[in-house]
Amino acid sequence: MITFMNNSDSEEEPCNERTSLMSAESPPVPSYQDGLQASEAGEAQAHRKRRTGSSRSPNNIADGDMSDSGVPVRESTLENEEEELTLKYGAKHVIMLFVPVTLCMIVVVATIKSVRFYTEKNGQLIYTPFSEDTPSVGQRLLNSVLNTIIMISVIVVMTVFLVLLYKYRCYKFIHGWLILSSLMLLFLFTYIYLGEVFKTYNVAMDYPTVFLIIWNFGAVGMICIHWKGPLQLQQAYLIMISALMALVFIKYLPEWSAWVILGAISIYDLMAVLCPKGPLRMLVETAQERNEPIFPALIYSSAMMWTVGMAKPDTAARGPSQQTWDAAEDGRENHRSPSHTDSQMSETRSPVPTRPITSFEELEEEERGVKLGLGDFIFYSVLVGKAAATGSGDWNTTLACFVAILIGLCLTLLLLAVFKKALPALPISITFGLVFYFSTDNLVRPFMDTLASHQLYI
Amino acid sequence: AFFWLVSLLLSSLIWFIAVKASDPQDEPLQKGLLIFGVMFSVLLQEAFRFLYYKLLRKAIEGLVALSEDGCSPISIQQMAYVAGVGFGLMSGAFSMINLLADAIGPGTVGIHGDSQLYFLTSAFMTMVLIFLHTFWGILFFHGCEHRRWWEITAVVVMHLAVSGSTFCNPLYVGSLVPSYLLMATAAVWAYLLSGGSAQNLRRFLLCKS
Repeated sequence: MITFMNNSDSEEEPCNERTSLMSAESPPVPSYQDGLQASEAGEAQAHRKRRTGSSRSPNNIADGDMSDSGVPVRESTLENEEEELTLKYGAKHVIMLFVPVTLCMIVVVATIKSVRFYTEKNGQLIYTPFSEDTPSVGQRLLNSVLNTIIMISVIVVMTVFLVLLYKYRCYKFIHGWLILSSLMLLFLFTYIYLGEVFKTYNVAMDYPTVFLIIWNFGAVGMICIHWKGPLQLQQAYLIMISALMALVFIKYLPEWSAWVILGAISIYDLMAVLCPKGPLRMLVETAQERNEPIFPALIYSSAMMWTVGMAKPDTAARGPSQQTWDAAEDGRENHRSPSHTDSQMSETRSPVPTRPITSFEELEEEERGVKLGLGDFIFYSVLVGKAAATGSGDWNTTLACFVAILIGLCLTLLLLAVFKKALPALPISITFGLVFYFSTDNLVRPFMDTLASHQLYI
Repeated sequence: AFFWLVSLLLSSLIWFIAVKASDPQDEPLQKGLLIFGVMFSVLLQEAFRFLYYKLLRKAIEGLVALSEDGCSPISIQQMAYVAGVGFGLMSGAFSMINLLADAIGPGTVGIHGDSQLYFLTSAFMTMVLIFLHTFWGILFFHGCEHRRWWEITAVVVMHLAVSGSTFCNPLYVGSLVPSYLLMATAAVWAYLLSGGSAQNLRRFLLCKS
């Protein structure tokens, strides 16, 4: 959750220089859990309304949704089926998330290795005011810790602010905020990125062409992310903006501060999602109560998620907020998703053919995907990018961090399948990544270098 | 891959400590430490392969318990193959990737009197190691499954032999030839263990049904 919040925040501080925008990338994590959770809860409710019988979501098993069947044997087999389904889909989900995370990291590492701009030190964000150019180690450490404290507190404040906005239903404000931030990312940062890439490869370019490219890229991106668009295009755009954000972080965070911030953010993430009064947890619970999906523009969704939560007949109670969320929700759907059986949704998506209700469940099952917050992408990429940038140019370190992060993601998804509630995605991966980065850089590198110089193989 | 990485980490930790604790000027000692490091690393890798086998065993039991018809969706042989490939890929990547990165740069690799065949031999050695890890994975898991300890010891001995043969570098004939021979042996052995036979091979090659 925090992920999107942070994302929006940072872009939010729009007016000021680029640096100020960078501030609050927050720990993402819970987002996807929540997403999965909320959608499952939403599905379950809609199902209960629509038909009696087996429940889709494993959550409902406990809720006594089985009361319809009335036979304990059937209950247990169904439970078993559900669990097996969960595990099977769990494995598929892992793969579905590996690909985008890998792509994002590849983009970041490729840029870092080739474009000099992102490894040059050109100032710092106003959120990390303490410089690291100090003579003594102790002073440097102190400065980085202070930078971290400032950054984390900014993130916390922004997150709480966003949760409050959500609680008090200021949807228009949030929506405007998100639009503004994605506008900033899609246009300004892409322009800078493109400029630097052209400089690196010495490509001659004129302003009208650049204007055309950026305009098209940005406009299509805005439409894809906030409104409707093909799923793959939307995923591609989300990956690109995560990579851009990560690159900016890599450039503007001083070295030691970056590592301490990564560590601190995982801890914050853990607390924010799991503590009863944590802002992210409150956000998830509020979203679940209202049966709304959470902030569609800032979560990466690996498959068409049924916004069954939206597909409720009793729209009267929802009021005006429904409209904003409908539009936002529609943005997550694409032409190949099965139609909503809810009339309201189907009329907003005319090209989609309606299908009978019986196929509803099957389609839903196929389409059920995982959601991961964009902040997760960003921080994973920051870790790998920093490893590539500062790990003395060693590819082994980068590779080791990459494998460590993916394994962490695997474990997190496993825990998600076991616990079935919102979980932070940052802590495990970032811990593994940090451990592997420092150990590979300091221990493995001399070993492998010596081995390679003698051409020994282990 | 992750397990291989962890084993590499631990072995380099041991080597690093040993190096730091010893005299850096003493050449034979450093070489001796290096040899010790390599052997220890090989043993650790095999130990981690065994640990991974244990983990996969538990996972298969879980999957079987959960499935409807009592058999798991993935067999232990497939897991053995995948484990071997993972180990091999990681080992290969760590051996080759810095070399490849240097190869893209200016042509100064090996300028201090190293052999002209440096890149070629590195490439071949890496390839043979990747294949070997795959076959060793199959052999190892098969040995663990059927409790044939001699198979497991054979794998360990082969690994030690291959690593040891690389000490002959740059006398490449001493390292590449035995490694390839061992790879051929391991390939045939693994193929036979996985249920293949000369008949299957003939049928496959002649495209008979």
